[in-house]
Amino acid sequence: MGSYFRNLYQSAASIWVGLNITLKHLFTPSITLEYPDERWQMPERARNQLFNDIDDCIGCDQCARACPVDCIYIECEKAGPDEDLGLTSKGTKKRLKVLRFDIDMGLCCYCGLCTYPCPTECLIMTPNYESSVYDRTDLVYRYARPWDYEKKPADAESADRK
Amino acid sequence: MLELAEVLVNQVGFLSAVPIGLVSLALGLLAGIVVVTLVAVLGLIMVYMEMKISAHIQDRLGPMRTGGWHGWAQPIADGVKLLLKEDIIPAAADKGLFILAPLLVFSGTLAVFVCIPFGGSLIVSDLNIGIFYILAISSLGVLGILMAGWASNNKWSLLGAMRSAAQVVSYEIPVAMAFLSVIPLVGTLSTQELVAAQSGSLYHWFVFRNPFTFLAFILYFIASLAEVNRTPFDIPEAESELVAGYHTEYSGMRFSFFFVAEYAAMVAVSMVGAVVFLGGWQAPWGGSFPAGPIWMIGKGLLLVAVQMWIRWTLPRLRVDQLMFVGWKVLTPATFLCMLGSVVWHFAVPVWVQEISKVGLMGAMAVVLAFLLRSAAQGLMHGRTQRAQTAS
Repeated sequence: MGSYFRNLYQSAASIWVGLNITLKHLFTPSITLEYPDERWQMPERARNQLFNDIDDCIGCDQCARACPVDCIYIECEKAGPDEDLGLTSKGTKKRLKVLRFDIDMGLCCYCGLCTYPCPTECLIMTPNYESSVYDRTDLVYRYARPWDYEKKPADAESADRK
Repeated sequence: MLELAEVLVNQVGFLSAVPIGLVSLALGLLAGIVVVTLVAVLGLIMVYMEMKISAHIQDRLGPMRTGGWHGWAQPIADGVKLLLKEDIIPAAADKGLFILAPLLVFSGTLAVFVCIPFGGSLIVSDLNIGIFYILAISSLGVLGILMAGWASNNKWSLLGAMRSAAQVVSYEIPVAMAFLSVIPLVGTLSTQELVAAQSGSLYHWFVFRNPFTFLAFILYFIASLAEVNRTPFDIPEAESELVAGYHTEYSGMRFSFFFVAEYAAMVAVSMVGAVVFLGGWQAPWGGSFPAGPIWMIGKGLLLVAVQMWIRWTLPRLRVDQLMFVGWKVLTPATFLCMLGSVVWHFAVPVWVQEISKVGLMGAMAVVLAFLLRSAAQGLMHGRTQRAQTAS
């Protein structure tokens, strides 16, 4: 009989505690953010979508070799002896024409290993995380601008300034 | 209805040509339409309440988009969706029973509203055996549930239906006995007379009449949860064990009949509880300002909110625990309440009774104060959280 009443008392007490907890949460403002209208503030150095600043890229291929899933595709061509491809923003001379610099974000695993070896720091991870597309092929980001190299050497300087 | 028809015939001249029985019938139909509409609208409001309360208890927002302001149109959208869905009857089902079952469940619940007073004269029919009628007719729903389980020709449905029957049979007794701790004090089963016996202020409500009626109210509330298959007593539709119990095979409009019936049953038992223990359609300070229906529906929805609060707090009971609570706890306790209430009423000196009333109201106030403290803690917690994210 004693255990019967102890059981009852314990149930009532635990129900009381539980009800207080849920009541507390009922009045705690929700932490949900209504996504398209509001967004979480991403940290300044959040590592999400990759971005390559092709003007600074020297086509060294180190990022593609670092990539564990091989989602970076680079094709380069040596500049001719009379061609001057200009300098990067840090003063490194560009010796290779980058004809193709594709990153397949559908394969990317966001490890960031490609950004460490980049000698000119042109390959970075940006805080942008909203990269859904309707077609899978749109996930391949093409950064190279091979058409820039087809111009006359005289125009190359003006293209650089752009 | 007949008295009202007589009044109407006396007031409106041209109606005297119509037989009084016909006027009474027309009035009855009108009342039926009003009650069905009321139940449907209350059902929508309660579905919305449930969405929002469950969401906020889990620190979510719930529906926020449908209809603009805080997703108010979500239950309507859901209802329309259910209306438009394909009506599927399983090939092996007993077709007649399958179609009849949801209607029976719904009408059983609806019939309870006949005896619920929404005001001094706002009652479909003030039966002199009102409470007894409510107890009897609310068990009709079980028949429908059993029928649904049987007709579905599905082991989960049948198991759910059997559980439901066992549960309701067990919990009918505590419900009736809880009423019996109040009814001997008044000597009537009519709901309207029960409300009249509590007129005055909340000092005269039967919850506070004596400690035993207070206990009886709590026990009634627990037993009524079991009667309407709500968590923690929702084993008839225990989704983790029985898929969805007796309404596994139902879809579309037939399912929504079960759904609305469940919510209607929730508000029905709450309103009956309010009639017997909480002064019915009367305001806490006496009278019924601004209107009886507001108080009746308000008290009903308040108790429904507590039901939802409990649902999102407690886990489901095991079958043996359910039977334990029903037979070994609630039944003896309600018998004790009935005995104690009568003895208290006739054997205890009046001044002790008065002190106990004040004491019970004081105890209630202390409980409410503690609950308010919890709510305030929640609000404060949210504020500090927001301050932290802002900084």
